[in-house]
Amino acid sequence: MEWMRETNEMRLAYSDALIERGRADERICVVEADLMGSSSTGRFQKLFPERTIDVGVAEANMIGVAAGLAAMGKIPFTHTFTPFASRRCCDQVTLSVAYARMNVKMVGSDPGICAELNGGTHMSFEDMAIMRNIPGMVVCEPVDSVQLRKLFGQIVDHEGPVYMRLFRKAPWKVFDESAEFTLGKAYTLKKGRDATVFATGIMVKEALDAAETLAGEGVDVEVVNIHTLKPLDTQAVLESVARTGCCVTAENAFTINGLGSAVADCVCAAHPCPVLRVGVDDRFGEVGKLDYLQSALHLTAADIVEKVRAAIAMK
Amino acid sequence: MEQTLQTMLEAKANEIRKLTIEEIGRLSVGHIGGSVDLCELLAVLYFHAMHIDPQDPRLPERDRFVLSKGHGGPALYATLALRGYFPLEKLQTLNRPGTDLPSHCDMNRTPGIDMTTGSLGQGFSCAVGMALGARMEHLPSTIFACVGDGESQEGQVWEAAMLAASQRLGNLIAFTDYNKMQIDGYIEDINGLYPLADKWESFGWHVQSVDGHDVSQIAHAIDCARLITGRPSMILLNTIKGKGCFFCENKLSSHSVKNITEDMWQEAVALLDGRDA
Repeated sequence: MEWMRETNEMRLAYSDALIERGRADERICVVEADLMGSSSTGRFQKLFPERTIDVGVAEANMIGVAAGLAAMGKIPFTHTFTPFASRRCCDQVTLSVAYARMNVKMVGSDPGICAELNGGTHMSFEDMAIMRNIPGMVVCEPVDSVQLRKLFGQIVDHEGPVYMRLFRKAPWKVFDESAEFTLGKAYTLKKGRDATVFATGIMVKEALDAAETLAGEGVDVEVVNIHTLKPLDTQAVLESVARTGCCVTAENAFTINGLGSAVADCVCAAHPCPVLRVGVDDRFGEVGKLDYLQSALHLTAADIVEKVRAAIAMK
Repeated sequence: MEQTLQTMLEAKANEIRKLTIEEIGRLSVGHIGGSVDLCELLAVLYFHAMHIDPQDPRLPERDRFVLSKGHGGPALYATLALRGYFPLEKLQTLNRPGTDLPSHCDMNRTPGIDMTTGSLGQGFSCAVGMALGARMEHLPSTIFACVGDGESQEGQVWEAAMLAASQRLGNLIAFTDYNKMQIDGYIEDINGLYPLADKWESFGWHVQSVDGHDVSQIAHAIDCARLITGRPSMILLNTIKGKGCFFCENKLSSHSVKNITEDMWQEAVALLDGRDA
């Protein structure tokens, strides 16, 4: 399969979406913790300085301030790197935002191995698991700028907390401009008969490559993008495995309590069948470029191919 | 302060204290020490200083109060009931199954509660966010917030304090319930705050220190704080933990008291009634 990088970085697509919605909706505001350059929200600040707060290096306070802004009717977008957006301020997100039912949108950038040269300290594989376990939290991860743009308005319109994982750089172009997405609904990229791969984030490209490889072996793989981890589109998951009889999950996150767990929970309860997982096992990350980390942490198309074969053998 | 106003506020504080003792006493257990020491502050805020309407608890232009030390909820509930936000009888449901009056403040359950609090340090951050929100919305609202002295050991309080000064939030007036005690003992024996006034001043706040059980001093300090523009205000309330409740006043064990009998709370209320007379 021929792949092209998008010309625009995801952070620019994100700040474009903030600016576009922010022009029409004065409730939109930005709360950052000294990483405005990383998210490109400085562009929003230039246009709307009175609606932009940089709290400095104080993530817990960022979340509390955002909750307070939401209490006054604003729709704040917070941002920091995924480890600080999730584990560092887990209690603030849980209580000041989710328990208090505050309409705060939280962005965690550089998910999982996308932290690259920042290394193990900045490499969060647990953010999806943390956020998924907070009642009422919507958890999503757009794959490319088309999906980000089309989900953004729905994230704003959803009344309640949302956590969005954001790959900041130029992603592989996966979706055509015409693709439409609904927050909370899975998106089927390729129909198939023999196995389903449920993939999210950077693993969607790998899943499509794996499906192509397997097609050469006569194995017909269905590829479904789960852009919204929570609420999980259980109907789509079950309908797919009912046809294919087995599945593999693929995520740039821990296999514990992330997409793999969510799909397994759903499948075990309603349609037991083999569920194998591609993701990061119980280990920390390390420093490296994306290619190296994908190989070292077993997040490649080849890893998906291997698991699909194994899942089919278990049917 | 006019004598009639002072007398009225002292009477309200006494009523709030009696209701709080009864509320917790009927349950036999609760955070009584750090609740009853707030009564004078709550009387001044809800019966004098705050622009509020109990018939319209979500009025956009209203002043807000964030009880960041959320375990003081029972005293705030007594105040709200007395002010007319909900019937006094509801106070007897404190911490009972299905109640709207949980141990720690919940804005989605209790009419008149402006922010959900309970995990210490967080409410103060939220109050700073609310003050920023009021400024963005061009609202005339003052945001009031109260932190505990033990709570002030949380780093988040100081993260928020820095930002409030940096953002020049003149619409934020905070209080510290400075009773010098925390669960494990005296603050200064555990992780000292002294000199607390100097700390707040060095963080860029306007600071006053008053007798936290003197309604006229509290009201005067709020009046002064309102005149300060471009800086947030901290009013240190020198309080006595358990104030006015004979079985817990000035006792280290008063943070959460168990096995309160009917005789105990009834006697405490009668003593306060006697003072009334």
